Amino acid sequence: MRNPLNKTIVNIQPSGIRKFFDIVGEMEDAISLGVGEPDFDTPWHIRDEGIYSLEKGKTHYTSNAGLKELKVEIDKFLTRRYGISYDIDSEIMVTVGGSEAIDIAMRAMLDPGDEVLIPQPSYVSYLPCAVLANGTPVVIELKAENEFRLTAEELEAAITPKTKLLVLPFPNNPTGAVMEKQDLEKIAEIVKKHDIFVLSDEIYSELTYLENHVSIASLPGMRERTIVINGFSKSHAMTGWRLGYACGPAVIIKQMLKIHQYAIMCAPSTSQYAAVEAMRNGDDDVKAMREEYDGRRRYLLHRFKEMGLSCFEPFGAFYAFPCIKEFGMTSEEFATELLNAQKLAVVPGTAFGDCGEGFIRISYAYSLDNLKKAMDRMEAFINELRKNK
Amino acid sequence: MREKILTFIEKNSRIDLKELAIVLGVDETAVINELEKMEEEHIICGYHTLIDWDKAGIEKVTALIEVRVTPQRGMGFDKVAERIYNYPEVNSVYLISGGFDFMVTIEGKTLREVSQFVSDKLSPLDSVLSTKTNFILKKYKDHGTVIAEQPKDERIQMIP
Repeated sequence: MRNPLNKTIVNIQPSGIRKFFDIVGEMEDAISLGVGEPDFDTPWHIRDEGIYSLEKGKTHYTSNAGLKELKVEIDKFLTRRYGISYDIDSEIMVTVGGSEAIDIAMRAMLDPGDEVLIPQPSYVSYLPCAVLANGTPVVIELKAENEFRLTAEELEAAITPKTKLLVLPFPNNPTGAVMEKQDLEKIAEIVKKHDIFVLSDEIYSELTYLENHVSIASLPGMRERTIVINGFSKSHAMTGWRLGYACGPAVIIKQMLKIHQYAIMCAPSTSQYAAVEAMRNGDDDVKAMREEYDGRRRYLLHRFKEMGLSCFEPFGAFYAFPCIKEFGMTSEEFATELLNAQKLAVVPGTAFGDCGEGFIRISYAYSLDNLKKAMDRMEAFINELRKNK
Repeated sequence: MREKILTFIEKNSRIDLKELAIVLGVDETAVINELEKMEEEHIICGYHTLIDWDKAGIEKVTALIEVRVTPQRGMGFDKVAERIYNYPEVNSVYLISGGFDFMVTIEGKTLREVSQFVSDKLSPLDSVLSTKTNFILKKYKDHGTVIAEQPKDERIQMIP
């Protein structure tokens, strides 16, 4: 029989956390801090609107780009939160999660050989999506001493004549790093100088603890070269609804919409009706969740400090990225040992790129009680390691 | 800071004060001082425990009693309310808008005990015009907490 498979996809590595997932699943009373989604259920009024839409029989396709009323609300949201605005009919499209938007943006923008700059550690999708879009991923290794922010120097050093697109994943999963306005301004200068584009994945934009998130699209001259990707998963605890959106120049959105139209048709209508409610009346829920995360974040950092685990202060998302280099183990060894010895699951930093070596990702999308127990286990584990050194 | 402390301890009054200070990102002595002040000012009126008595296997009967009264000259409803809330059997007394005046909750060991309180103590009060006793059959949610179910984390345990 002939090989039924495509060589590109066969050569893409499966996600590195699969192994841990299988062990944790079978371990009794394991505590996992490995989850990358909110622990909150979707606020009830949002779920209620979804249910109501089903009751009314709103079970049909919506237009390809999404419900007009949702696009209107998205635009209002972006305006009131980040001061950016888009044309409802040509510059906004609703997608199946932020994930779809990442995929189709790359497919709409890349030609074979175009280089895509991907700062790492970062979410696991960018690299495979770039490869599947026939692009050439070029990794920029972010550094702990910069608190995992992207610097203008790092960016400029990675740019070649083939560079087409920069992925800007902030607030960042897995490091919790944010880019403040002055950081973005320097990046914007380089981007404009070299005439490249930005795919700004702002899915965690509502979860920042220093000051409000700044979108690079709000900086002068950047709106026309930026695709902003966002969604409802993290901000409104709506991961399972699979709903996100992309905003950007009409010329790009038009092509993205073509892929979306042929591959997807439209995002789930129930989710879209629920999302209208989320945008209209959900700001207070987001605020309450943000405050809750912030308290947990402070608690985690305090515990790290107490146990002498070095960690820069993360100001975004719901992750901390402590350094475990002092123990002389790889991230994967550390995570495996921690799971075996204390039944505590964390994600090795290397799951998010080679430069995550020496770090682990700890999610604080867990109740305070849960975090307390987990940190007690972590402390016991670390003390044991230090004793045996 | 007060609002933050209150919002937090309303759901978890047993939190260690040091932890509370960390979570709120403030100084521990400041938290202790605020709490003491709010106790003195009677903003914090008590620390109670939410108990599922059914699960403990201990019989309790709770009734919500709608009470219509004649307010007393010069004192309005307050004097009547005081007469009612002074009974230790009475759990809560609220002045209510709408078809009746007070919502009184009473807890007893048996139906009989509660009914007896209503007929012997509450109804005979001079200002009480009428009462309507509603027994609680099942508590689903109390103080913002769903009684019946233990919330379970059903998320996939490792997600990138």
